[in-house]
Amino acid sequence: MTNLEKYNQAFTTTFEIGENRLPGLKYQDIEAWDSVGHMGLVAALEETFDIMMDTDDIIDLSSYEKGKEILTKEEYGVIF
Amino acid sequence: MGMIWNLENHAGKTALLDEFGNTMSYDLLNTESCILAARIGRRCLVFSLCRNQIGSVLGYTAFINNGIVPVMVNSHLDASLLDNLLQTYQPAFLWVPKDQQVQFPHMSVEYEAYDYVLLKSGYNKEYPLFDELGLLITTSGSTGSPKLVRQSYLNVADNAGSIAQYLELDDTERPITTLPMNYVYGLSIINSHFLVGATLLLTDKGLMQKEFWKFFREAEATSFGGVPYTYEMLDKLRFYRMKLPSLKTMTQAGGKITPELHEKFATYAQERGRKFVVMYGAAEATSRMGYLPPEKAVEKKGSMGIPIPGGAFHLVGADGVEITEPMTTGELVYEGKNVTLGYAECGEDLSRGDERHGLLETGDMAQFDADGYYYIVGRKKRFLKIYGNRVNLDEIDRLVKGKFNIEAVSGGVDDYMYIFVTDNIYCEPVRDFVAAKTKLNPAAFKVVVINAIPKNDAGKVLYKELTKYYAE
Repeated sequence: MTNLEKYNQAFTTTFEIGENRLPGLKYQDIEAWDSVGHMGLVAALEETFDIMMDTDDIIDLSSYEKGKEILTKEEYGVIF
Repeated sequence: MGMIWNLENHAGKTALLDEFGNTMSYDLLNTESCILAARIGRRCLVFSLCRNQIGSVLGYTAFINNGIVPVMVNSHLDASLLDNLLQTYQPAFLWVPKDQQVQFPHMSVEYEAYDYVLLKSGYNKEYPLFDELGLLITTSGSTGSPKLVRQSYLNVADNAGSIAQYLELDDTERPITTLPMNYVYGLSIINSHFLVGATLLLTDKGLMQKEFWKFFREAEATSFGGVPYTYEMLDKLRFYRMKLPSLKTMTQAGGKITPELHEKFATYAQERGRKFVVMYGAAEATSRMGYLPPEKAVEKKGSMGIPIPGGAFHLVGADGVEITEPMTTGELVYEGKNVTLGYAECGEDLSRGDERHGLLETGDMAQFDADGYYYIVGRKKRFLKIYGNRVNLDEIDRLVKGKFNIEAVSGGVDDYMYIFVTDNIYCEPVRDFVAAKTKLNPAAFKVVVINAIPKNDAGKVLYKELTKYYAE
């Protein structure tokens, strides 16, 4: 699986939605992405990519696109 | 019935500050409250659709201080559940966020202030209200049960005073909202801080949002409250490393925090010279009944503490006799002026008087240690706390049955509800339905298919037999 596929799967599994919903998806756009869902998403991303996210990055992860940008940062080093 | 808060005493101080930089002084809160109350003009029932916004707090203050009785509901309550509540209680008015006005096309706008509108309901029936009735709180905000807790003016004033005393509140406090104000824990923070002239920091943003922490730092929040799930999120956020120089106090209620998290936060607070205060309460006792003094937070981990000032705990054994031996389990009974009048289940009940006379059987099973500190060890009634929200399991069963016409039985542990059905085609629809109705994250619900619902010969469900599916 590519990193993009893994990244997408963290979202689709956590929020139980199809991949077609991902582009542009933002925090609180769907009911499943509330604070509880956010915790689930962070846990899924950390497990998938074997990383520990910083507090600032966790609260900055406000959209599908933003998450990709964050994971690309040097400390996480995920290449899409 | 007197005024609970003497707003004029705090004239000149700031009562409210929201995340957009809007402020309201105690002076202005007083003036605006009088104007709104005058628009209503008499003692009657008002549905208040709550948010952590200036308009919402203004409405609450105006109603409570002027003998108008609010029914506090979440502004996001499912529309059909809200309609059911409206039909049951027939309020004269609604106080609604302006952007939700469209939900009530047949009601006329009487007044508008701070992004809220006052709607005249047009119901022709009005139920008489007991003289001391101050406000009404839903017992289980999420399932929209028509059952309300009847709180008196004395209840609110007494509990707010106790809280202000044991938390040592003064006008330098700046609590930031982390809980909805239709929830008694959230409301108790407003009640107790208005008593001392403190400044409430209002936001509907959550802990997982950058904007929340930006507001926290810029507005120099001194305290916040959290349910067990809040502390799990803070732990996940590695809260211990965050720079929050203004923070003085963290309180916890709304269910039992795990001993591990209790220890982590108590130790953190001790090291940083902050207070971590575990508390115990219920809507039926206005809000708070017990608290663990912060200096005991580490030593007495797992305990919810001692009775609040003015209150008393009793433990009653299965034989009905009061327990005097430490570490013996019994039902916790609370005694105090904050014990509410009773419940209402229909409009006629709003005229009922005090049915509890200061004594509340909590339904929680507890023990006390040799030093008199109390520990909750179980629950007598069938409900769970999901993310701090009380969810009645019988009500869930009834809702599922009503929707799908199947037999379903729910159970589980706090934050994880299990719903048992006998046909796997219902798995997904039941889970989606319960999550949608309760407006709680679906992660809390799991549907399990079993061959048959276990019952005794009399046809009573054997809930104990189902525990094997979720016992940890």
